[in-house]
Formats: sequence, C-alpha cells, structure tokens
Amino acid sequence: MSRPGAPVTPYRREGDAGRSGLDARLVVRRGGFELDLGLTAGPGEVVALLGPNGAGKSTALRALAGLVPTAGGHIRVDGRDLRPLPPERRGIGMVFQDYLLFPHLSALENVAFGLRCQGMRKREARRVAAQWLEQVGLAEYASARPRQLSGGQAQRVALARALAVGPSLLLLDEPLSALDAHTRLEIRSALRRRLEGFEGAAVLVTHDPLDAMVLAGRLVVLENGRPVQQGRPADVARHPRTEYVARLVGLNLYRGRAEGTSVRIGDGDGGGMVLDTVDHLQGEVFLAFEPAAVALYRSRPEGSPRNVWRARVAAVERQGDRVRVRLDGPPLAAAADVTPAAVAELELAPGSAVWASLKATETRVYPA
Amino acid sequence: MTRPPGTARPPAAGPDRDRGLGRPPWMLVLPALLGLAFLVLPLAGLLVRTPWSTLGTRLAEPQVLEALRLSLVSATAATGVCLVLGVPLAWLLARVPFPGARLVRALVTVPLVLPPVVGGVALLLALGRRGLVGRWLDEAFGITLPFTTAGVVLAETFVAMPFLVISVEGALRAADLRYEEAAATLGATRWTTFRRVTLPLVAPGVLAGAILCWARALGEFGATITFAGNFPGRTQTMPLAVYLALETDPQAAIVLSLVLLAVSVIVLAALRDRWVNA
Repeated sequence: MSRPGAPVTPYRREGDAGRSGLDARLVVRRGGFELDLGLTAGPGEVVALLGPNGAGKSTALRALAGLVPTAGGHIRVDGRDLRPLPPERRGIGMVFQDYLLFPHLSALENVAFGLRCQGMRKREARRVAAQWLEQVGLAEYASARPRQLSGGQAQRVALARALAVGPSLLLLDEPLSALDAHTRLEIRSALRRRLEGFEGAAVLVTHDPLDAMVLAGRLVVLENGRPVQQGRPADVARHPRTEYVARLVGLNLYRGRAEGTSVRIGDGDGGGMVLDTVDHLQGEVFLAFEPAAVALYRSRPEGSPRNVWRARVAAVERQGDRVRVRLDGPPLAAAADVTPAAVAELELAPGSAVWASLKATETRVYPA
Repeated sequence: MTRPPGTARPPAAGPDRDRGLGRPPWMLVLPALLGLAFLVLPLAGLLVRTPWSTLGTRLAEPQVLEALRLSLVSATAATGVCLVLGVPLAWLLARVPFPGARLVRALVTVPLVLPPVVGGVALLLALGRRGLVGRWLDEAFGITLPFTTAGVVLAETFVAMPFLVISVEGALRAADLRYEEAAATLGATRWTTFRRVTLPLVAPGVLAGAILCWARALGEFGATITFAGNFPGRTQTMPLAVYLALETDPQAAIVLSLVLLAVSVIVLAALRDRWVNA
C-alpha cells in the first residue's frame, strides 16, 4: 500500500529501485530453546510463519523487529543490514497481536505517532495520518480513543499506524486472533486486500491455517525453532510433511517405503501394513489421505477397495454435520469422517471394532 | 444468635444462606474496634478543643499565615525536586537492569525507615558549612544551605522522595512493556517513548506518588528542625510552629494542628480511590 497524499516524499523510503525484500537468518537462544530460521520474502510477498505454540514464531518476528537479541545470522532488508540497529532505526512496521494502540492517544494521534518520530511536523503528521485513517475506512473515528473502537477497527488503526511510517518490512503478529469468528472472515479479506497493495516484504505469524492460506503467498512451517516445511499454501496443504501440518489441514499422514504402487507403512515387522496406491514411486515417501476417504463397515467389505484393515474405535467426535471417528492401530491409526446416520447404523462407540477401507485412488504419495 | 461452641448450626435459610464463613470472631473484632478508637480519639480531641469562636482571627495572625505559606511553598518545591529527580530514578530502577540494583533500591528506601532527626544530622554532615559537599559549595559558590528556606526544601526532599520513587516504580513495573516496544517499532527513541508513551501511561501512579510525597513534605519536622533550624518566616514551617506554640500558646497550636489535619483529610480524599483502596 503506498502512502496516500503527495507531499510526503521526504519521509518515504520508497522507490522500487532499492527494493530487494527480506533476506534473514535468525538465530535466537533462550534457555534451552534455540530458534534457527532462514527466512526470505520478496518485495510485495507475504510470508506466513505457521506453527504450534512455542515453536518460535513470535520470537522470530520479535527478532526481526529487534525486540529480542539475535545470537547470530543476518537480517537484510532491501540490502540494508538491520541486525546491528535498535528497533527504532530499523524502518519496520509491526502490527501486534492485541494491536497495542496507545490508550491515551486518539486513533489519529496513534497513526501520527510514527510520523512524528520521523521528524514530521505536527500538523503535517496529523494530515497524513487522517489520510491513512480514511484509507482504512475510519475517517470518522479520528478522535476516538482505542477503547471506543471495536476489535476490527482497532486492527485497522494498528495497520494504518504500522504502514504510515513507510516501512520496508511489515510484521504482523497474529493480526486476527483477537477477533471473534464472526468479524474475522470480513476483516481477513479486507486485510488481504490491504496487504496486496503493500510494496515491501511482509511476514505474518499465525497459528490459524486459514489465515495463513488466505493472506500469505508462501508458508513457512516452524516447529521447535526449525523450519520443517515451506512452499505455496496449496502445496503445503496437499502435501503435508509433518504430523502438525497434517492435523492442521485435516489429513491422515504416514511415512513409508514405496515400491511401485504399494507403500509399506510402519516398522515392517508386523506393526504396519501395505497400502495400494496409484502413484509410482520408489523409496522413502509420505502417504496422505482425507478422513472422508475412509469407509467403515461392520463386516469385511467385498469388492473393489483393496486397502482393508480391521480397526478399533478410539473416539467419536461430532464436527459440524459430520462425525470424526478416530481409529486405533494396529495396523493403522487414522481419522475417518462419516455421517451421523452411519454412526447409528454401525453402532460406533469407543472400543467397538470395525472394518475400514480406503480406495487406492484416494491416496496421495510424494517423496519424503 | 449466640450458640454454645460446637453445636450444629440449624439449616440455613433466607438471607442467612449467603453468609459463607459465619460471623467474625470477637477475638478479632474487639481489638480492631479498640485500634480504630485509638486512631480516631486524638483527632476527636483536637476537634473538641478547637476554639471555634476565635478560629477566624487566629488563622489570620501573621505568624500563622507566614508558617502556612512557608509550608505550602517548601512542600510544593520539595515535591517538584522529587518529581524531577525521582521519576528518572524510578524509571532506571524499573527499566534498566544494572549490577547492584537491589542495593540501590534498598538505599532509596532508607529515608523511609530512618528517624528524620538522623536524616537531618546526615544532611548537616554532607551539606553543612563544614560538610563533605557543603564546604565546597561554600568556598566555590558562596552557597550555604543549612538554616535557609532552601535547606527546608532539601530536608523535605530527603524524607519525601522515597514515597515518590516507590510509587512510580510500582506503576512502571505494572505498566505493559509492550506499549514501549510498539513505540520503538514506530521509530521512537527511548526518550521519546518515555515522554510520549510511558509517562502518560503511568501518570496516575506519578500523581499518587506526588500527592503522597507532598503530604509527607508538609508534615516534615525532624530533619527540617535539625538541618534548617526554626526561624520564623524563613525555616519555620507549620509542624515547627505547632511544636513551638504548644509551649507558649496552646490554643494557637490547636488551630495550627487543625489546619494540618484539614490538609491531610483533603489529600486522603483526593487519593482515596487510587491509593487507599488499591
């Protein structure tokens, strides 16, 4: 998003000539925890850091902002090394998890704060800030105090405040987590539009896969301080490489050895099983399938599906208009989605035994 | 409703049901009431013995007005000094980790527990005409602090500053640090952040500290009389005037005390919400 209004050039750090985006390697050590993350984001690209609690997502963001010291690596933004600089000289914009609008300042003064810090005169800063508020659709809330704003409005003010300083790197820490599910959808698409207009690199931290999929052009999945998978959201969702990602996108995921169109899952001495697939591969692979692809029967099914195994029901949970059935091994632990009618018909309850089947065409196999 | 101990309480009904833990034991209530009476009785005595009919004329006496003026001026000046020096000190203690911070914090609170007379003696030894710094001040600049109004302000500052530092440091520790981080990401230096974010956020704490500090300075006696003496119009503040009047003119002492009591009550009322009930 470019700054509205014309005569603000002395304060903007723009011009695409110098833009090369973010290139960082973040090393942070804290007690027993170590974050070691290589991270790049091109100009205009939004990269989402996704991961479970404690994975180091927020630490990574705070390291980029200069709020936690790094033990090594580098942070280059548009060719400038930020690592030796204190936060106030890094030229970044940050949207915090609960926005942290200054409670004693009006919405306008909050947005003008950064401009004033850059040395802009008060009247000019207020004029530019007013344009930013207008841009996020909050012109009439200029004199409102943060506590008078709704969550969605506060988020927009926080975004305007971060963008107003003309940052070359935008950081967003769980920008939607403080919102209720109802407004979230709307705010999410509005945020997406605004991020599309931003010319610098942006890094977004979230634990919500949907936020990441909608807002980011690339995902980096972080677990225990290390990147475990990255790629376009659709690719990550289709080909999860860790249990965490598989659970996020709702897939059953296994690691195994492929020989042609059969994949052996498990340790191989009786614990696992061989699944028929359609992809031809050799060697170490991941195998994934959707819970809805699993069919359950009371007695051994006859006919086409060749992947059939006997399982024990571990849990039955209602999920919307479906029922998720967790099946225990051996030979295979899996989640299956069935209709409530099927649950009644099969008399599914924790502990009961069922037959499970999976069509070969429903599996996805990709190299590990 | 008295019952021999140990007997079962009848099934609770009606408004009794919500009483939870039962009635407070007299072993606690009785001393509590005695304690309260002990605190209130002297004040009542003061009010009862006040010569209400001549109050107006006595208050208008030049010595009373002079002492009152001096007290207000010096307590306000001392509060000003405390704010200028104490708020940065509190910030340092709350925000900058440094070796010996615990020791510094202990030192700051020493004047709280030190007998004020000892404080006055210490001030004399440091800033008196022959004191460590005082000798140099005298020789180099011809500045003499003891037995001057400036000396009164110094003595009051010495005893009152800990109140401000403790109050402001507490407020700073309770304030959300992340606002300061947000300010830093927006390009604010630590000084700008302090001025435009931290200070406004802890303003209630600073105000409470300043009022407390002012009240303590207003009532200061021991350090003042030791370091600044008791010269009417120059160093004789209200508490000193009260003490002096008690020997020559008890009625005047009562009137002066009443004025100080009134000021205390006003301060308490101003602070009630944010300090006493905190």
